[in-house]
Amino acid sequence: MDTTVYLDYAATTPTDQRVVEAMLPFFTERYGNANSLYRLGRDAARALEGAREQVASSIGAAAPEEVFFTSGGTESDNTALIGLATAGGRSSGHVIVSEFEHHAVLEPAAWLGKHGFEVTELAPRPDGAVHPDDLAAALRDDTVLVSVMHGNNEIGTVQPIAELARVTHERGALFHTDAAQTLGKIDLDVVALGVDAASFSGHKVYGPKGTGALYLKRGVRLAPYLMGGGQESRRRSGTQNVAGNVGFATALALMDAERQAEVPRLTALRDRLVERLTGAIEFAQLNAADAPERLPHIANFVIPGVEGEAMLLHLDAAGIAVSTGSACSSGSLKPSHVLLSIGCPVEFAHGSLRVSLGRFTTEANVDYLVEQLVPIVDRLRSMNPLYAKTVAALRGATH
Amino acid sequence: MIYSDKVMEHFGNPRNVGVLDDADGIGEVGNPVCGDVMKITIKVDDDRIEDIRFQTLGCGAAIATSSIVTEMAKGMTLEEAVAITKNQVAEELDGLPPAKMHCSVLATDGLKVAVDDYLVKHGREPIAGEVKSADPDFDPHEDEDDHDAEAAS
Repeated sequence: MDTTVYLDYAATTPTDQRVVEAMLPFFTERYGNANSLYRLGRDAARALEGAREQVASSIGAAAPEEVFFTSGGTESDNTALIGLATAGGRSSGHVIVSEFEHHAVLEPAAWLGKHGFEVTELAPRPDGAVHPDDLAAALRDDTVLVSVMHGNNEIGTVQPIAELARVTHERGALFHTDAAQTLGKIDLDVVALGVDAASFSGHKVYGPKGTGALYLKRGVRLAPYLMGGGQESRRRSGTQNVAGNVGFATALALMDAERQAEVPRLTALRDRLVERLTGAIEFAQLNAADAPERLPHIANFVIPGVEGEAMLLHLDAAGIAVSTGSACSSGSLKPSHVLLSIGCPVEFAHGSLRVSLGRFTTEANVDYLVEQLVPIVDRLRSMNPLYAKTVAALRGATH
Repeated sequence: MIYSDKVMEHFGNPRNVGVLDDADGIGEVGNPVCGDVMKITIKVDDDRIEDIRFQTLGCGAAIATSSIVTEMAKGMTLEEAVAITKNQVAEELDGLPPAKMHCSVLATDGLKVAVDDYLVKHGREPIAGEVKSADPDFDPHEDEDDHDAEAAS
């Protein structure tokens, strides 16, 4: 269709053609409501339950009933935070979230903070990980819920969820993880992780937008967030998106089938990118380079002396799609809260670049990005009135 | 948030980039913590801006507003130059998204500081008045919600 070099797979992915094929019959011939008793409804219900079994099996859930479908990562996160905290009519207690959560977790946590709960935002360390010791120190007798993301969407660091969940359970609280960036990308088993709830998104795994799921361990109480007809075992009302969920499940099955080959392929591409980009651009650095574990497909760079949006717009003109954590690109006043949380200086956070790779990324794409970026950075630095000062400060800091 | 074609054109091909080595006036405004810094140098002849250059660290709008303000100011008298408003800059660019209006403030402020720098160096009274973004602690976003910004978008 066009010649875009798409390097923003952490933002979204194209729906895989095989997924589209699997979904199509459910728009036209197999259009029944999964809650209807007649044959058309039973057919839709069977397809929906098949999708549920696929998702449950993929994430290692003990039973398909532990998975319910939502409209995506944001709904899953909102439901988990508010539904778990307020379950059983609870109206107070202590909630812990990490500082670098997605806003789909931070915002409902802030809402809880305004409605009777106390909220602690726990800082990750500069290595880009939330450390179990830090969580243990933040937990209190009245802590009811902890939410720490599995893989960070901006810097790609993977959190030690199994240990964080264990520490949380020792103090009697529930543990939720936003796994939107790790689902399908790395091995993920909710039982091994020991979490009570986990959020997933379909469009990050070559499934359709508007699909996702929440895993809820059997026996964990949840106040429903969407109320109405009582679908999804009363945990999420609303006529189920059969086509979308079939697409999500199909996409996940493809991720599972291809992961063993895809992880080393993406890791090699990412490492090539890091090596070439930091080699070609003076002072460019990989963020959270000391992370104990990182996702194969995300690399986040700081490029001192340039502003991210300007870099992004020039790359766009060269047909390359990437993202940045600069304030200007987000429409907010501050640069990326994720970069600030790991100690990245504000002025450098304005010049961050996130590159995320995926199924259709090639070596040529990665090389093209670096080739195009070098003159863009040179040009923007030559227009920066403070660049000489920045260089002096950077050189001084290394001695 | 979508930029006008004219913003994109000035961003892609900015006019008057650089520094005048023998500048008569220099204006530096903004703050790297906020992500926007601008430096304007001017050559003045008979109280008219004879030549002008800019350097800007900032987003697409910051670069485009810097570029257009140098185009507007070149050839103007000093009085005319300091009278350029952020809304005139935005209009010249066929509009700016509301969240980017502060960029046009940066551009007009840089020009004002350069003009006053010239006047003060020549023992004359400054004419531009207070320029908030010349203060290193200035927050360029603080007047983001003002009505002018809404009107010009």
